[in-house]
Amino acid sequence: MTANVVIQFLNGLAGASSLFLVATGLSIIFGVSRIVNFAHGSLYMLGMYLAWSLIAFFGRGSPFGFWGGVLGAALAVGVAGALVEMLVLRRIYRAPEMFQLLATFALVLVVKDAALWLWGAEDLLGPRAPGLRGAVEILGRRVPEYDLLLIAVGPVVLGLLWLLMNRTRWGTLVRAATQDREMVAVLGVDQAKLFTSVFFLGAFLAGLGGALQLPREPANLAVDLSIVADAFVVVVVGGMGSIGGAFLAALLIAQAKAMCIAIGDVELFGTVFSFSKFTLVAEFAIMAAVLVVRPWGLLGRPPAAARGAGAVEPPLVPPGPLFWPAAMLAVLVLALVPLGGEGYALVLLIDIAIFALFAASLHFLMGPAGMVSFGHAAYFGLGSYAAGLAFLKLGWPVEAALLAAPAIGGAGALLFGWFCVRLSGVYLAMLTLAFAQIVWSVVFQWDAFTGGSNGLVGLWPQGWLKDRTTLYLAVLLVSALGIFALWRMVHAPFGYALRAARDSALRADAIGIDVRRFQWIGFALAGTFAGLAGGLFAFSKGSISPETLGVARSVDGLVMVLLGGVQTLTGPVLGATAFTLLQDEIARATTYWRAVLGLAILAIVLVFPMGIAGALRILVARAGAGR
Amino acid sequence: MLVAENLDGFYGRAQVLFGMSLSVGAGEVVVLLGRNGAGKSTTLKSLVGLVELGAGSVAFEGTRIERLPSHRIARLGIGYVPEDRRIFTDLTVMENLEVGRQPARAGAAPWTPERLFDLFPNLAAMRDRPGGRMSGGEQQMLTIARTLMGNPRLVLLDEPSEGLAPVIVEEMARTIRTLKAEGVSVLLAEQNLHFARAVADRAHVVEKGRSRFAGTMDALMGDAAARAAFLEV
Ligand SMILES: Nc1ncnc2c1ncn2[C@@H]1O[C@H](COP(=O)(O)OP(=O)(O)OP(=O)(O)O)[C@@H](O)[C@H]1O
Ligand SMILES: [Mg+2]
Repeated sequence: MTANVVIQFLNGLAGASSLFLVATGLSIIFGVSRIVNFAHGSLYMLGMYLAWSLIAFFGRGSPFGFWGGVLGAALAVGVAGALVEMLVLRRIYRAPEMFQLLATFALVLVVKDAALWLWGAEDLLGPRAPGLRGAVEILGRRVPEYDLLLIAVGPVVLGLLWLLMNRTRWGTLVRAATQDREMVAVLGVDQAKLFTSVFFLGAFLAGLGGALQLPREPANLAVDLSIVADAFVVVVVGGMGSIGGAFLAALLIAQAKAMCIAIGDVELFGTVFSFSKFTLVAEFAIMAAVLVVRPWGLLGRPPAAARGAGAVEPPLVPPGPLFWPAAMLAVLVLALVPLGGEGYALVLLIDIAIFALFAASLHFLMGPAGMVSFGHAAYFGLGSYAAGLAFLKLGWPVEAALLAAPAIGGAGALLFGWFCVRLSGVYLAMLTLAFAQIVWSVVFQWDAFTGGSNGLVGLWPQGWLKDRTTLYLAVLLVSALGIFALWRMVHAPFGYALRAARDSALRADAIGIDVRRFQWIGFALAGTFAGLAGGLFAFSKGSISPETLGVARSVDGLVMVLLGGVQTLTGPVLGATAFTLLQDEIARATTYWRAVLGLAILAIVLVFPMGIAGALRILVARAGAGR
Repeated sequence: MLVAENLDGFYGRAQVLFGMSLSVGAGEVVVLLGRNGAGKSTTLKSLVGLVELGAGSVAFEGTRIERLPSHRIARLGIGYVPEDRRIFTDLTVMENLEVGRQPARAGAAPWTPERLFDLFPNLAAMRDRPGGRMSGGEQQMLTIARTLMGNPRLVLLDEPSEGLAPVIVEEMARTIRTLKAEGVSVLLAEQNLHFARAVADRAHVVEKGRSRFAGTMDALMGDAAARAAFLEV
């Protein structure tokens, strides 16, 4: 047992190094640019693949080949990071936060498809480090020499970074810019160059982390999101912008995971608990504990109030007198579509109705409540799985199973929301993504219960809902009612309170609005309706898989909302319609639809950095003035 | 040395400067006087690229600078000391000075920490103290010293006397006269007429984002209407 624990402890230390490299890069970049780089995991993944190729090119056998490959990969990734800063991010430093997040997310999609195209879908087994292929015997167990090297890498990098930050002019400028970048510019420092170099360093560290991990883990296409979610947790736990905090948190989380594996199977109350499957739960528990005690992380500090005037959200436009009749007419027309036959159009319309509800629930969270979620699909997926499992395992009828969907979706949002509303802005967005990734991993790993990567099949409704047309009408009705309910809430006192909390938490507090509670309820409500959409989705597709709640789906939701515009109630519905139709077209035309989507998002963000809705408003205003 | 003409300045959609004009000659100390909210700070910010400019032009030693980014303006030789000081609180005094350091300019001895410590003896004793743990007066000295590290030819000082004890205000006036003697021009925003009279050669009275009066301090003292424009009622 002791030996096992020690071995796992060493294993944990080795794992912490890569995690620290990634997380600290993310943290440094955020400190200066205030951009949360969702593509940071993609840089790590690029580091892995590039190292694989470069090592093969330089020769796997020789130490030069291996270490040259690792270093070359890290440098190349650093250059890629600098290019990303110069070509994309530099243009959007003044854009709303959400657009910046979305732009980096678009990069995730593009990099993933680029890697798929260049290296293929198969995992690539990495070479082992020449000269470090052996193992050292510790307490009768064999510990790979390479792991011992990795254990040393973490503290060495930490020390070097400390020297860089505290003993060089560049580091002084970076620390100053982290505090007040405008002042640094007024003192004659070229921010553009500083930012580019910071991105180079951050990306270099991510690439190095990936390249060093290669001998321990094959290069694969799923690593980008899993590592960035891990890095988010580390940064949230350690404190944004703190290098030491990132180190501490990486250690803590890697150790907690390692200890879960060390404990292994334990018999409790007659059932065997496999702790090794609880690594994600351990990560979650640590984060939860830290957030409760120190909301800004172990070594972090509360974010300073943003300098300069924040963008004030324009008020929601209340629907005109013709709005409700028009909306009802639209639903009626849609209800008549099946008269024209049951073709593919019906399948698409079902999708559109479901995603319109999903997008409306996300819009409710982002618009009136002002909380940007990058993990909203978690609640959609919880709903899907709740409905599917109730149907399959408990034998519930479809109607009852459909009720389980919003219940579980809402319960999940209630649980995670409690933590999320303690943060705001990008911190909140990171946390939502981390939670979604945790839900995804649990669903993915829990073969016995959720069907693992295969998911659940055979969710075909029986009885009156068996007929496609009836199913379509039911989905249409439920979605329409759900969207209607969300819209009503926005224009009810509850919605006003939420918007007051969004626009000025302090003032809302002062007039007696319990901001956190309102936000929490808002979060749970959004999760409830997303869950409902997920339940509908499960029965309309007949099968669900972990993809149902993957991060990609969360991003789909964001794109739908942004396409439609955040300021109007019809936005999410129009956005969902446009998105579903477009995606259907693109996916049929190319396997690289993710890259196409990513490039489209980038184009949108770069061309309309103030939002499509904003761009439209300006156009309309100009047209009005021209008349 | 500096000529600004017809500046229209905006914060987002709100216009704050309406055709503001001013000039500073070589070796001159010029003061912007005006009530709270008149646009003094905004004028200074607009000269260093911190405020969106609609129309208007700014020429510094013959170079048009109104569209240049802040760091280029700083490198041309305009130093800006903000009203709220904006010290890097995590950085030590020496590190704060390091952030401000820029190459020396031909024809003038560059500022070094040692020379600045002669000018501000208080700072010499706290080289390694973080900026966050200094008094308001000390921070005011540091923010000026930090800007001087860029070897500016023109320094914009936003209400340097605000919130300081009378002795320190005296010291501040001495500092400005020293700068003038070194050949550095100064443009300061002030509400304290007494302080302004003690250091300035010329004045602009700012009202609602425009220049209401421009002339020597003596002319200003003789113009009751202009004085009334900035005296609090
Ligand atoms: N960041 C800002 N966003 C929007 N409006 C601003 C901002 N800063 C100042 N203003 C407005 O611009 C106008 C001019 O402000 P400014 O700070 O230039 O005045 P000032 O003359 O320096 O006043 P004071 O003596 O109080 O410092 C004021 O009406 C003020 O409310
Ligand atoms: Mg002012």
